[in-house]
Amino acid sequence: MKIRRFAGFAATIAVGALALTSCASAGTDGGGSTADSSGGIVTAWGSEPQNPLIPTNTNEVGGGKIIDLVFSGLVYYDADGAAHNEVAKSIETEDAQTYTITLNEGWTFTNGEPVTSESFVDAWNYGAQLSNAQLSSYFFEGIEGFSWDEDSELTGLQIVDDTTFTVKLKQPEADFPLRLGYSAYFPLPQVAFEDMDAFGEHPIGNGPYKVASEDAWQHNVEIALAPNEDYSGDREAQNGGVTVKFYETLDGAYNDLLAGQLDVLDQVPDSAFSTLEDELGDRAVNQPAAMIQTLIIPMDLEHFTGAEGQLRRQAISMAINREEITEAIFEGTRTPADDFTSPVIDGWSDDVTGSEVLDYNAAKAKELWAQADAISPYTGTFTIGYNSDGGHQAWVDAVANSLRNTLGISAEGNPYPAFKDLREDVTNGAISGAFRSGWQADYPGLYNFLGPLYGTGAGSNDAGYSNAEFDSLLAQGSAATSVDEANEYFTQAQEVLFQDLPAIPLWYQNVTGGSADTVSNVEFGWNSVPLLYEVTKN
Amino acid sequence: MAWYVGRRLLQMIPVFLGATLLIYAMVFLLPGDPVAALGGERGLNPAVAAQIRAEYNLDKPFLVQYLLYLQGIFTFDLGTTFSGRPVTDVMADAFPVTFQLAVMALAFEAVFGIAAGVIAGLRKGKAFDATVLVLSLLVVAVPTFVIGFVMQFVVGVKLRWLPTAVGSDVSFTSLIMPAIVLGAVSFAYVLRLTRNSVAENLTADHVRTATAKGLSRPRVVSVHVLRNSLIPVVTFLGADLGALMGGAIITEGIFNINGVGGTLFRAIQQGQSTTVVSVTTVLVIVYIVANLLVDLLYAALDPRIRYA
Repeated sequence: MKIRRFAGFAATIAVGALALTSCASAGTDGGGSTADSSGGIVTAWGSEPQNPLIPTNTNEVGGGKIIDLVFSGLVYYDADGAAHNEVAKSIETEDAQTYTITLNEGWTFTNGEPVTSESFVDAWNYGAQLSNAQLSSYFFEGIEGFSWDEDSELTGLQIVDDTTFTVKLKQPEADFPLRLGYSAYFPLPQVAFEDMDAFGEHPIGNGPYKVASEDAWQHNVEIALAPNEDYSGDREAQNGGVTVKFYETLDGAYNDLLAGQLDVLDQVPDSAFSTLEDELGDRAVNQPAAMIQTLIIPMDLEHFTGAEGQLRRQAISMAINREEITEAIFEGTRTPADDFTSPVIDGWSDDVTGSEVLDYNAAKAKELWAQADAISPYTGTFTIGYNSDGGHQAWVDAVANSLRNTLGISAEGNPYPAFKDLREDVTNGAISGAFRSGWQADYPGLYNFLGPLYGTGAGSNDAGYSNAEFDSLLAQGSAATSVDEANEYFTQAQEVLFQDLPAIPLWYQNVTGGSADTVSNVEFGWNSVPLLYEVTKN
Repeated sequence: MAWYVGRRLLQMIPVFLGATLLIYAMVFLLPGDPVAALGGERGLNPAVAAQIRAEYNLDKPFLVQYLLYLQGIFTFDLGTTFSGRPVTDVMADAFPVTFQLAVMALAFEAVFGIAAGVIAGLRKGKAFDATVLVLSLLVVAVPTFVIGFVMQFVVGVKLRWLPTAVGSDVSFTSLIMPAIVLGAVSFAYVLRLTRNSVAENLTADHVRTATAKGLSRPRVVSVHVLRNSLIPVVTFLGADLGALMGGAIITEGIFNINGVGGTLFRAIQQGQSTTVVSVTTVLVIVYIVANLLVDLLYAALDPRIRYA
């Protein structure tokens, strides 16, 4: 998962920006008189990578955006989230458990080293070793030989020859090929293993771009990427380079965009939501992303267990007016959720059986709550934990309000100062109430929204949910040999979730960004990051 | 004099030790687990988290952590951030920019604040005086980020006179606007301090004597009034240098300057104690040195003050 927590600082000064946007709405001429003429180099918004630029150790968007441009994996994702072969010539399997991967010939790293089976196998093994403490090591969890207890070789990886290797998984996983476009699976040149720290500062990849020079990465300021002339895949650079500028605040970045000093911005500040369309016109982007926000009620919370819990969860879900909140608080930059996944994922459906529990229905909510009270009367205060550094207070208060009014219970937000504080309590099970959660997909597949979050004992199963029927449907889906067949099982699995509601889906986050008139052909990928290689400078 | 300076510098050692211990303890006591946060919403596998904790000594008791940090200082190794960068590199990036910004802001508030203050003080009660008093009150009352955003939008986006953000282009031109914003509030204080001080000194006995001796008006003002009036102003400016360096976070955020404020903010958010302690300690030292300079300036301004 790529972490986003940029809203932290922006929130502290958002008040000031509000006052300002009222004058901004008068319309801008947008003239690019100060735009530099630096030979077609596109400037893009970004944030300082929080980790060294090593594919297996990059788990947040700041670094991920750069890694994706500097490296090429076996497959890449187009704007619709469909996977296409990149370095891979073919990925074949008969049982969804053993995969034979054949590479295209002629790929090289920018230091001249050829990209071979070894480049992948060594990189994956590095990422999986416990002692290397790589943040994305869990991506190799499914491969035979992986261990959380000690350093152990991924015995499931077998090199056949320079351009062929096989992968044996611990159990069938139909969407394994879909995952291979994620950065954790990128290859590494041999030089990386000699000194990984140095490599993280000056990565050498095989992607459409390369780090422009030794000192191209000015920490906390920007990183300059130049086109890789030897690149031979589909993602060829359509510009003279990309400079990712790191911003401290979104407001500052947005003003830079208006002033023509920044070309592409992935995220506009909250204060600009209402004026975005006026100021950017059709250069504004507002579309659902592969991100969902949910409200999690721990499965063992008092009054939320068993049949009583099921009624209460459904009542709470129906008491939340998602339409109103997304409009009033998020100015339409969130889309009310229809399921547990995201509309940008292949296989998504807005009419999964049981999904009517996500529609606002005050009368039904009251009725269900009363039925639950008949089992055992509700006492106490319903709290919603959230991190106040992420711009969550407004909607949490709105939800709490709506629960108070509809269900007549006492409900309130339970703020944690920072994201890390909330996570600590959630991880330790120390949280005494409901809490917010969010999930951004690692790769465009339905399973990624279900397995890691609701599977019994799964890594991010914060609710502590366990349902044998759900687990079995997931397993059947994973063993399917076609994506369509797999998606049918995953949809059935969602029907189970709609009954139990281990998490209450709230809304899909939208990607809300834009570009200056200095560039054209700006398209946002399934993961909300613009496809920067396509962008052309006017 | 040299003895005095030496003694003052020696006093920095206990202050340094006390400050590092105190700040380290405060960061240690911050709620939340920085390592858990590295994994995002997904959370980190316990095995990986334990590895990372060991790498950054986060698994050791507080005092051991602190002593290891102190040990590092004497070998000029302040540790690394979670992104693997040496803290010394992070500081070497941040301090020069912020220092340049703070000095520019200080120069702005000193030059314009004192000049306007002297004029206002000499013409107490006149139109100019009344105008600057109202204007300076306004500047003090309006929060810095409002001034910052308005200036950025008007001067940067609309008029396009100056760059909207600094980023990689750290130059005199790009820092003008941030320096004005950063120095704005202090400018108002300096102006008011100078104005009151000058107005008061104009009625002092020694000024009356000087005027009675037949000295010219410019000489009376520059030597007898101004020199005496500057003592409170210099005290303020000295303390302000430290405040400007540590307090530039809002301004740095608005104008996207990779300075001390942002570095500190990120470090606190991520719970990176070594960065927080190192940066804050340098700020403490800046305060101490600035105060020492102020004390030495007193002697130059007021002949009655002598240090031995």
